[in-house]
Amino acid sequence: MNAIHLTAPFIRNEDLRKLAELRAGDRVLISGTVFTARDAAHKKMIELLDSDQPLPFDPNGAVIYYVGPTPPRPGGVIGSAGPTTASRMDAYTPRLLEMGVKGLIGKGYRSEAVRESLAENRAIYFGATGGAGVLLSKRIVAAEVVAFPELGTEAVRKLTIRDLPATVVTDFKKNYLYVCGPETWRSQNLPERGENQ
Amino acid sequence: MRIIHANIIEETVRELCIHANTHIPGDILSALTAAQAREKSRIAKNILSDILENNRLAAAENIPACQDTGMAVIFVDIGQQVHVEGDFNEAIQNGVRRGYKDGYLRSSIVGDPLERVNTGDNTPAMITTRIVPGDRLKITVAPKGFGCENMSRLAMLKPAEGEKAVRDFILKTILEAGPNACPPMVVGVGIGGSFDKVAETAKRALLRPVGSRNANPRIAAMEAELEKAANDSGIGPQGFGGRTTVLAVLIETLPTHIAALPVAVNINCHSTRHETRTL
Repeated sequence: MNAIHLTAPFIRNEDLRKLAELRAGDRVLISGTVFTARDAAHKKMIELLDSDQPLPFDPNGAVIYYVGPTPPRPGGVIGSAGPTTASRMDAYTPRLLEMGVKGLIGKGYRSEAVRESLAENRAIYFGATGGAGVLLSKRIVAAEVVAFPELGTEAVRKLTIRDLPATVVTDFKKNYLYVCGPETWRSQNLPERGENQ
Repeated sequence: MRIIHANIIEETVRELCIHANTHIPGDILSALTAAQAREKSRIAKNILSDILENNRLAAAENIPACQDTGMAVIFVDIGQQVHVEGDFNEAIQNGVRRGYKDGYLRSSIVGDPLERVNTGDNTPAMITTRIVPGDRLKITVAPKGFGCENMSRLAMLKPAEGEKAVRDFILKTILEAGPNACPPMVVGVGIGGSFDKVAETAKRALLRPVGSRNANPRIAAMEAELEKAANDSGIGPQGFGGRTTVLAVLIETLPTHIAALPVAVNINCHSTRHETRTL
């Protein structure tokens, strides 16, 4: 199956149509501009919102990549840059989705509240391959700290990416790959209950 | 008595931090390669290919295989005839500080669990020492990522609950870890001892080669059965569905109290990193 190409931020009608057609398990290649944020940056972004200040980036159609990269070597763009566990951001996520964020890239479970909010706000949660930080870094062509430099690896960075590979985990029909993926595998590979027992 | 200078320890730790993070051990690579060949699901096969390619690139270019270059977990076996000239603990901390800086590794440690300010140099390392016979000094550096560490669990079971409860707890921990722990996982288990020693034993179990079995046939059988049960869950690589949920379940036991049946399950991801050097 061929990968589906997407361009971030997801603002053009063509991109929004593509989001609606994505199904859990689809392989995508994401290009364009995404913003990094993990635990500490999310906490600070919510504090900004609570004091009526703007986010460090325009949330409209934005894609957030949960990553804390290793430092680049001299002359390099970025170090190893794979996804971190997304559930630690669950408490903050619905508020960002309500502001227009359309894509999240991470790994691991999301809470039911986040999955509901994703469907309601017509946004997608993508899984990048955890532990493939070198492979993923090869698809990052530019990186620039845009907020909270004092957080080091946890600062908000603007990344320019080209064909970053990811897998659709949640879709608009509320399929959830962490449930349907293993279910499909079991139905195809395990003997029916009662056989071979 | 044999004298070992602290600066030798510092340099060894520095090198091990860098090499362990950029070179995934051969037993893990072999297990991933075998798993990739066995997977029938397209999505699972692709993920395992990505991981193998990632690990090849990491070693070839000396880039850390995973951006979570971990907390520096360090085990040292000190021969009782060894005298360390200089400050042993400071030598290890300096080795970590220099290794993480020189290797372009990530600083992932906060100095206080509630204040949460990054120490900026990945110290302090977590050091566990043992005094052993002889005049050698064996250092193991095991950088530990915390996506999987967070999914680890410890239970103080009742002796009356027996082996079934132990198995159920281990399997439940693996299944709940699921995609958060970057499967395929390597699972280290300690059974017995006290609250503190069972956790240490689970962590040490992660140093055993993948593919090895406990010498006790009863425990070896438990390892094999738990691997099968975990892989029958269908969680698969990254939790997207597939056969390879665990690469290994490695169990170690130790004596315990008449009232106790402690079990610790230390979950590791496919980037199970550790490297040992004996001075």
